[in-house]
Amino acid sequence: MITIYVDNQAYQAKAGGNLLEAVLSLGLNLPYFCWHPAMGSVGACRQCAVTLYKDEQDTQGKIVMACMTPVKEGLRISLQDRQSRDFRARVIEWLMANHPHDCPVCDEGGECHLQDMTVMTAHDYRRYRFAKRTFANQDLGPFVNHELNRCIACYRCVRFYNDYAGARDFSVLGCHNTVYFGRSQSGPLESEFSGNLVEVCPTGVFTDKTLKEHYTRKWDLQTAPSICVHCGLGCNTIPGERYGTLRRVQARYHSQVNGYFLCDRGRYGYEFVNRPERPRTAMIRRDGQLAAASAEAALAAARELVGSARGLAGVGSPRASLESNFALRQLVGAENFYSGQAPWLDDCVREALRQLQIGPATPSLRQVEQCDAAVVLGEDVTNFAPMLDLAIRQAVRVEPMELARQLKIDLWLDGPVRELIQDRRGPLLIASPAATKLDEIARWTYRSGPAGVVRLALATARELDASLPVPDGLDEPTARLAKEVAAALAKAKSPLVVSGCGCGSVELIQAAGVLARALAKVNSAARLSLTVPDCNSLGLAMLGGKNFRQALEALRLGRADTAVVLESDLWDLAPTDAVESALAGKRLVVLDHLPGRTVQRADVLLPAGTFAEADGTLVNNEGRAQRFFQVFPPQGDIRQSWRWLGDLAGRNWPNLDAVLAELSSALPDLAPATGAAPQANFRIEGLKVARQSHRYSGRTAITADVTVHEPKPPDDPDTPLTFSMEGFDGIPPAALVPRFWSPGWNSQSALTRFQQEVNGPLRGGPAGVRLINPGSSGGTAVSAVSGESDQAGPQAGRLCYQKLLVVPAWHIYGSEAQSMQSPALAGRAPRPYLGLSPADAAQAGLQADQRITAQFDGQSLSLEARILPSLPRGLAVLGMLAGQPAVQLPAIIDPPPKGAP
Amino acid sequence: MDKPLTKNIDLARGPLDLAGYERAGGYQALRKALGSMSPQDVQQAVSDSNLRGRGGAGFPTGKKWSFVPMGPQAPRPKYLCVNADEMEPGAFKDRLLMENDPHLLLEGVILSAYAIEAQVAYIFLRKEYVLSARRLEQALGEAGQAGLVGKNILGGGFDLEIHLHTSAGRYICGEETGLLNSLEGKRANPRFKPPHPQVSGLWGKPTIINNVETLCCVPGIIANGAEWFGKLSRTADGGTKLYGVSGRVNRPGCWEMPMGSTIGEILDRAGGMKQGYRLRGLIPGGASTEFLTDQHTDAVMDFEGLGKYGSRMGTGTMVILDDRTCVVGMCHNLMKFFARESCGWCTPCRDGLPWVRDLLWALETGQGQAGDLDLLEMHTQQLGPGLTYCALAPGAMEPLIGALRHFRGDFQRHIDQKGCPWRR
Amino acid sequence: MLNETEKEEVARELERYPTRQAACIEALKIVQKRHGYVSDEHLAELAGLLGMTEDELDGVATFYSLIFRRPVGRHVILLCDSVSCYVMGYEDIYRHLRGGLGIEFGQTTADGRFTLLPAPCLGCCDRAPAMMIDDDLQLDLTGPKVDQILAQYQ
Ligand SMILES: Cc1cc2nc3c(=O)[nH]c(=O)nc-3n(C[C@H](O)[C@H](O)[C@H](O)COP(=O)(O)O)c2cc1C
Ligand code: SF4
Ligand code: FES
Repeated sequence: MITIYVDNQAYQAKAGGNLLEAVLSLGLNLPYFCWHPAMGSVGACRQCAVTLYKDEQDTQGKIVMACMTPVKEGLRISLQDRQSRDFRARVIEWLMANHPHDCPVCDEGGECHLQDMTVMTAHDYRRYRFAKRTFANQDLGPFVNHELNRCIACYRCVRFYNDYAGARDFSVLGCHNTVYFGRSQSGPLESEFSGNLVEVCPTGVFTDKTLKEHYTRKWDLQTAPSICVHCGLGCNTIPGERYGTLRRVQARYHSQVNGYFLCDRGRYGYEFVNRPERPRTAMIRRDGQLAAASAEAALAAARELVGSARGLAGVGSPRASLESNFALRQLVGAENFYSGQAPWLDDCVREALRQLQIGPATPSLRQVEQCDAAVVLGEDVTNFAPMLDLAIRQAVRVEPMELARQLKIDLWLDGPVRELIQDRRGPLLIASPAATKLDEIARWTYRSGPAGVVRLALATARELDASLPVPDGLDEPTARLAKEVAAALAKAKSPLVVSGCGCGSVELIQAAGVLARALAKVNSAARLSLTVPDCNSLGLAMLGGKNFRQALEALRLGRADTAVVLESDLWDLAPTDAVESALAGKRLVVLDHLPGRTVQRADVLLPAGTFAEADGTLVNNEGRAQRFFQVFPPQGDIRQSWRWLGDLAGRNWPNLDAVLAELSSALPDLAPATGAAPQANFRIEGLKVARQSHRYSGRTAITADVTVHEPKPPDDPDTPLTFSMEGFDGIPPAALVPRFWSPGWNSQSALTRFQQEVNGPLRGGPAGVRLINPGSSGGTAVSAVSGESDQAGPQAGRLCYQKLLVVPAWHIYGSEAQSMQSPALAGRAPRPYLGLSPADAAQAGLQADQRITAQFDGQSLSLEARILPSLPRGLAVLGMLAGQPAVQLPAIIDPPPKGAP
Repeated sequence: MDKPLTKNIDLARGPLDLAGYERAGGYQALRKALGSMSPQDVQQAVSDSNLRGRGGAGFPTGKKWSFVPMGPQAPRPKYLCVNADEMEPGAFKDRLLMENDPHLLLEGVILSAYAIEAQVAYIFLRKEYVLSARRLEQALGEAGQAGLVGKNILGGGFDLEIHLHTSAGRYICGEETGLLNSLEGKRANPRFKPPHPQVSGLWGKPTIINNVETLCCVPGIIANGAEWFGKLSRTADGGTKLYGVSGRVNRPGCWEMPMGSTIGEILDRAGGMKQGYRLRGLIPGGASTEFLTDQHTDAVMDFEGLGKYGSRMGTGTMVILDDRTCVVGMCHNLMKFFARESCGWCTPCRDGLPWVRDLLWALETGQGQAGDLDLLEMHTQQLGPGLTYCALAPGAMEPLIGALRHFRGDFQRHIDQKGCPWRR
Repeated sequence: MLNETEKEEVARELERYPTRQAACIEALKIVQKRHGYVSDEHLAELAGLLGMTEDELDGVATFYSLIFRRPVGRHVILLCDSVSCYVMGYEDIYRHLRGGLGIEFGQTTADGRFTLLPAPCLGCCDRAPAMMIDDDLQLDLTGPKVDQILAQYQ
């Protein structure tokens, strides 16, 4: 720490950063626009001007841009002196010259950084009296609205979208005071991270199009800290509700997980909560028909089914909380508890868990960003774990940035660093069945099925650790590539191995572990990151239930006659025939919030709360347990699943903490999950944390059509949050932050007030806890894995492809069931398809888009043929689309016949 | 008097070809340097000569070069960029050199590239200079044939590629770091310094950017020595200078004269004011220099001389304000240019200049209001050096500062009389 | 579609720079030379050749004042509107052109013959007012002289 003087007062600041960061970290007010904590400084807007003095004697000083000025010992500045105050007021005046006076109809109003900065600089009188420039807007697709007249040309949008997120379908057009931020032609933004424009833009140019459908001001939204439920990375979110419907999701900063951003699935997938089709009433099957019943009657009916069962099977869910899964486990007994993850994925998740336990340690996304070399084995991270894509895009800049360090260029000087390193990138290998979006930044790409990737991984490991065996069947080009990759990894300061469940290959996950450990022998900073399919896949695996195959068997053999299914659609897990034959004559209690085939088949349906109406803990792919909190109380019959299950089991847990306490004693490994967030009895200054802002309006009128009496806020026995505007509205512990707001800072930029320092952790302690410490638990190192042949078809030496090996292809819009209920997102999903190499398509006589029927084991799928030039011969990919009949992958199939229906 | 820049120039004849240029003593400096001087020697000679950049800012050329990393450890390739984007309103000096003695520029480029051990040079030429392009191409072709550019130049082991790059408009391309972005095929927004281009320039490599006239001075310095060059000048800044005059004078034009000639001498060279026109003022060195008045004819035109009158020599090509031209109108014309040519990157320039332009137009059209001069003053103060991202906007304010200082009454009259006295 | 000559010219430009993108301004001008302007189709094709996206290339194209993204007339008049020409009366020449051609800055005559654009200083301040038609400089302009000059461009 060093000392700097601001308006003659001494402060401690961190050396090496810039002055704007330092001033904001000190909690002082200084307006800015073009700077963004994740993107560094460019000095374009000139808003952050301060007066810099040479020394104590200097009374004149000169104006500098704080964001472009390195912090040095003894630095003297003033924020208050006339000179810089005047200049800052002029900058706002210029920015506002063309800005429309449309705050009342602007979606950004009330959470607008420009509004805040205008007030902060006290600009209140318009002197510019000439015509404003105007622009035509573009249709940028279903996620982001475009209203360019509000633009103040801070360049943050292009800097995020193009420079940071690496997308190339957006740019600055034009010149002088008609610079235009948009696209060459109207059309949907292609980046998976486009929604961040909404938060990155300091004014109302880019706004959330889905929010527009049911618009509510920020201060009228009831919000709570939450965790994204749409993939396994566990990004932190702030969902907002009004009148019982969810209105939007914003990023909730987490210094280790998602930083400032979210992917578009995470931001726009929320609408399943509001779907009218969603099960909302308790139901009981009478005379073959599901009919509405009271919650009590349904509960009694379920209790009766469970109580009279001659064997129970409880199917847990990778998208339900640890608590709900545990409650089910308690209800049915550990030996009757099965995983609701598709069996082939379940095998992978368990293997991933094992590898994570062996180590080396798994990095947080923030740590991924700081890795200087990476190999991605078998994964299409953009589609399977989207924010990992964004992190890897930062990581490839780390190695070339070393040059900037040598030339003593501050790394937060975004322009100079980019100009220096141009498009040089650090080593990145993408080894995957088909082309992925990250290929464009990869140094090497390798196309192969899982077995080939395993061979490459093991060959690379062998280059690093001569004690390992050379993998069987290693061909010359792969061996050469392995050598090159190994050399780059060995040279790196913090190398990373990424793999996961995306390929459906257990061997591949093992091989990734082997490689990571070989690397760790050379460099102890080596890290292993493994992806998992769902938001609580890892938590479910840690609960240790059996595989779903065994559930089917127990049902089919009659060992169980009653199934309790938690937030899962069994038809998604196994082929239709297998599910139906197993369920024939069996009794089914279903808890869910998604409509689906299992719900229709239920004998008793208990409507479950979504993440927005429930509390619980999710364990992400790094083994980090994080708590999500109810955003609004469940309506009607809806209850949190663990509460239904607790009642069914006669547990009568008074609150979530009681479930967690029981979980801790039953499964000590999971006990630390209790500490993911403060418990229900936590108070600050005797208060709970308010979910409603202190400006929440209409409290007394909101139910005036029903009663003129103001209703009592609903109780919340489970959390330290309250459904009210009465409560603590300062800075709570990180896990309890329901929104970012601070006096004078109404936009998301208030965040700097919640951070210990810019880009640092939130104040008030950590949010979430890591449950996995490598080496702590079972599992032995697997030193070698056999790579069985990928090419199902070719006989040795003969170019004859009789069979196809099918591996999964994931889609950010399409693969995840909950988000597919959001119209904005569903509209961007592909139609069901089988991707084939051009040669295989030609051999089978198939044209692009032709309808085909593919025969999988026990399941035939009606698909479209897609020709993927990047696919190696003999390999095919099946688009993983929610709701399509389940098949077990990888699978070997016959090429679909020509001219099939 | 020696005229190293224009000795070969004969407008009626046109440029010398390679043979003619060599006959006139051309490429002797290059032969000398490659034969007997190290790159450091060339740098030293240029430093000793006190050559200051002719692009407008007057930065000492030898000093600029001295920041380039040298020797086998230095990053490669290194680049030399010739700033031939001449677009400063009122400037028309580089065109004269390129059209009429292209080999002089090439010799200067090769020598300077040698001095900084650059492997590649780009001549960044504005698109409208069609004739310059043609003649430079011609000269480049000849030089290539003769082994003066390319591999192993004159057998001395030095390699240099020279490329002519023609631009596509935009004044900001002349700003040296904007030029780099433009050469990279990007929008010509200026770059932040430091790092300076000598450390991280074109494609992140060490780069020198020099003006055409600057580089044309180098062959003379190498051929005749630093001392000779110093003596060409009447002041501390070495060499001769191309001075120009445009406006209502008898013989507008551009001439080589000793550095440090006075405004009066230069005006004399232009044959004085046209009949019926009286000198009221002038902007001494292109659009981004402060107005002077008829009281300043004794002022010395070099890099320091105009400082005491609050102005700058800039490009050394002056534009005359006569008594039948409105200074407010002239300022409006200048601001229209600068507002249009703003790259749009930083707020003060992008949004401030159009406001200044609109205010001046309001004055011109009788829409001026009481506070307008204060608003103009405000802009002259708040668009100063360091407040904007690059020097375009501060440069734009210079003529306005001078005009408000020397001709404030004219501005006031526009408001009082609700319009332009010269326009009715 | 680019013709063979244009493709060759672009290929030659590509050799002069270490990155493909660096050739983009020259490439845009190569297209513009034949067609007068850069159409969306040409933009897309060039972007492909240069390894850029359309949006990236358009960001560059629209920055520069002499890349035209809309059709222009057969001849483009660049009338200098900078300071020396202002002093020497370019406004009169503009008035004259406006009267003669019936178009303002930024417009094209109905017969597609001329597009009239303002230009920054053409570097001919000693011969002001000045303009450029296509590649030809026209100096010391007067009304009658302008009429004679225009007649040479059909
Ligand atoms: C807006 C702007 C435009 C400029 N235009 C030119 C130009 O057209 N030609 C030029 O030589 N220098 C121009 N300069 C100056 C250059 O930035 C740079 O200082 C010069 O090329 C350096 O060369 P020198 O050291 O040889 O003078 C311009 C500067 C600014 C700020
Ligand atoms: S002053 Fe700012 S907007 Fe103007 S040209 Fe320079 S960087 Fe661009
Ligand atoms: S935030 Fe510092 S100049 Fe924009």
